[in-house]
Amino acid sequence: MSKALLYDATLCIGCKQCEAACAQQNKLPYDDRVAAESVQSEHKYTVVMTKDDKFMRRLCMHCERPACASVCPVGAFHKTKEGPVVYDVWKCIGCRYCMVACAFAQPKYEWGSLNPRVRKCIMCPDRVTAGKQTACADICPTGATKFGDRDDLIQEAQARIRDNPSNYQPRIYGLHEVGGTCVLILSSVNVEDYGYPASAKIGDTPMPEYTGRVMERIPDFIPVWSLVLGGIYWISHRRDEVAAAEDVENNRRTR
Amino acid sequence: MKIKLTFWRAVFLVIMAMGLYSTFVRYFHGLGAISNMSDQFPWGLWIGFDCLCGVMLAAGGFCVIGAVYLFNVERLHSVVRPAVLTAFLGYLLFIVGLLFDLGRPWYIWHQLIYMNPHSVMFEVGMCVMAYTTVLFFEFLPNVFEKFNLNAPIKWIKRIYPVLIVLGILLSTLHQSSLGSLYLIMPGKLHPFWYTPALPFLFFGSAIAVGLAMTIFESTQSAKAFGRHLELPVLVSLGGALLVALWVNALLRFEDYFHRGMLGQIIKPSYEAYFLWLELILAFVIPITMLSFRKVRLSPQGLYLASIFTVLGFITNRLNVSLTGFETYVGHHYLPKWTEFSVTLMIIAMGFALFGVAVKYLPIFPEEEHTVNTVLVKARQPEVDEPVLSHAGD
Repeated sequence: MSKALLYDATLCIGCKQCEAACAQQNKLPYDDRVAAESVQSEHKYTVVMTKDDKFMRRLCMHCERPACASVCPVGAFHKTKEGPVVYDVWKCIGCRYCMVACAFAQPKYEWGSLNPRVRKCIMCPDRVTAGKQTACADICPTGATKFGDRDDLIQEAQARIRDNPSNYQPRIYGLHEVGGTCVLILSSVNVEDYGYPASAKIGDTPMPEYTGRVMERIPDFIPVWSLVLGGIYWISHRRDEVAAAEDVENNRRTR
Repeated sequence: MKIKLTFWRAVFLVIMAMGLYSTFVRYFHGLGAISNMSDQFPWGLWIGFDCLCGVMLAAGGFCVIGAVYLFNVERLHSVVRPAVLTAFLGYLLFIVGLLFDLGRPWYIWHQLIYMNPHSVMFEVGMCVMAYTTVLFFEFLPNVFEKFNLNAPIKWIKRIYPVLIVLGILLSTLHQSSLGSLYLIMPGKLHPFWYTPALPFLFFGSAIAVGLAMTIFESTQSAKAFGRHLELPVLVSLGGALLVALWVNALLRFEDYFHRGMLGQIIKPSYEAYFLWLELILAFVIPITMLSFRKVRLSPQGLYLASIFTVLGFITNRLNVSLTGFETYVGHHYLPKWTEFSVTLMIIAMGFALFGVAVKYLPIFPEEEHTVNTVLVKARQPEVDEPVLSHAGD
């Protein structure tokens, strides 16, 4: 069963301990200056944003069917069965298609490096496979970020909305978006106001299907189109051959 | 003439000097230092122009080969060699461009071992690799002929039908797939340019631009190398171009019509201005021009119409790759001068290599009588060893 994170913005107090724990887990620098940065970057995989006293966290959504994994020409990204979408840096050629394709604009790039890597939250795969929770969920003092089985977390999120409807917008962001994600978000405000793409805009279709519809035709297209082209070639050249053969024939007869 | 030549050589040197400086910055200070690309704009001018437009501009090779060898348009024979040369150089330079754009170009060969068949990029990469190889073989007879090596010419003649079919197959695949690259970004690319029809539109525009580029480069070569212009060739290309433009225009109209966008595209907006520019350059001007018989029969008219076509479709691809993302991202992307200088250097290398090839290789037939032997021979299989004889039995 796939693991997931449930982020309940109404419980978040904006302490940014998840940011610090994430940085420590991924061996990234973290100080007051980094803490003050309100955007994700190659050295900040997750960010807690503040707007009108409300908080909102951003991190890789770990899609059930990730666009980054489907578009990578060398398969440097893959979805693990536990849920995290992870990155094999040694395969990467640096085409940055993952960055362009991601509906949530999560992959960031080491633009200043001479051997740049794509950077994003990888959902602490070592901890998760070892049966532990992610660093951010582990440290969260209020339970705003909660780690667990995706199905359980969905039930819990639905229960929270049911028990306290005035506190929440009646939806779980990530339940159906792009076919479902392993980060689920509950909030009293519009997640779109914090930079998340609107549900209507990204839709419920898993992103790989948009290109898959075309890619799956290619194995059929290649033999059919080769035959058509070869056929046209043969027909247009057969005429010449026949004409040439007739010439020879005629020459022989006249002789 | 002499002054003009030195002027262009000076321009070439300046471009190369700036390009080499930028190359240094690229490889010793990284992508961030040389470009205005960012996490918001991970693909910039090099993908938009060098890759998307470069491959489109090199489409003349497969268009002309297809016309001559599949549809027996004998008149176009004399432009096969220059078109193949342009395509071959175009694809080589496309790969050079990639070496600048890829973050880790030294791993470009990973495509061959860590294959991901679901990736459009993987498919484009493999097709480009294979097609460049095909073009290499289509180009080789020029070299063999130069050194009077008849045996290898014969070998290539044997496999020529395979090369032709393979070349057109691979071109169909990757020209359309460059459009498919953007299919995965429905929420990001502006609806003026995001459409499920992208692969068809990219393939269609490649054919129109392939024909236009062949007109452009024939005229340009005639001027530069003092050759006489073969009007019947240009006239047939012009006629084909007009048809291709109409087909493209109808595809675009159908697409906007079916998606109910006709009302939106006529409303003024930032994107609409760029769309209008593209549509006027690519369709309105060249179609209007070519509709006049007088223009279709005049070298200058055809030359101008082909330039408008090329500019129009370049605008189209830059819109797809750059303009179409600006609203989503929320700010504009303007390439840094060093990005431009790399692109300019690559274009300049293309012109220079073309000039060198024309000077030393039998690219253009000397005159009508000394026919380019290989291709004509390949076209007329001898009766005792017909190229595809077994297929006919």
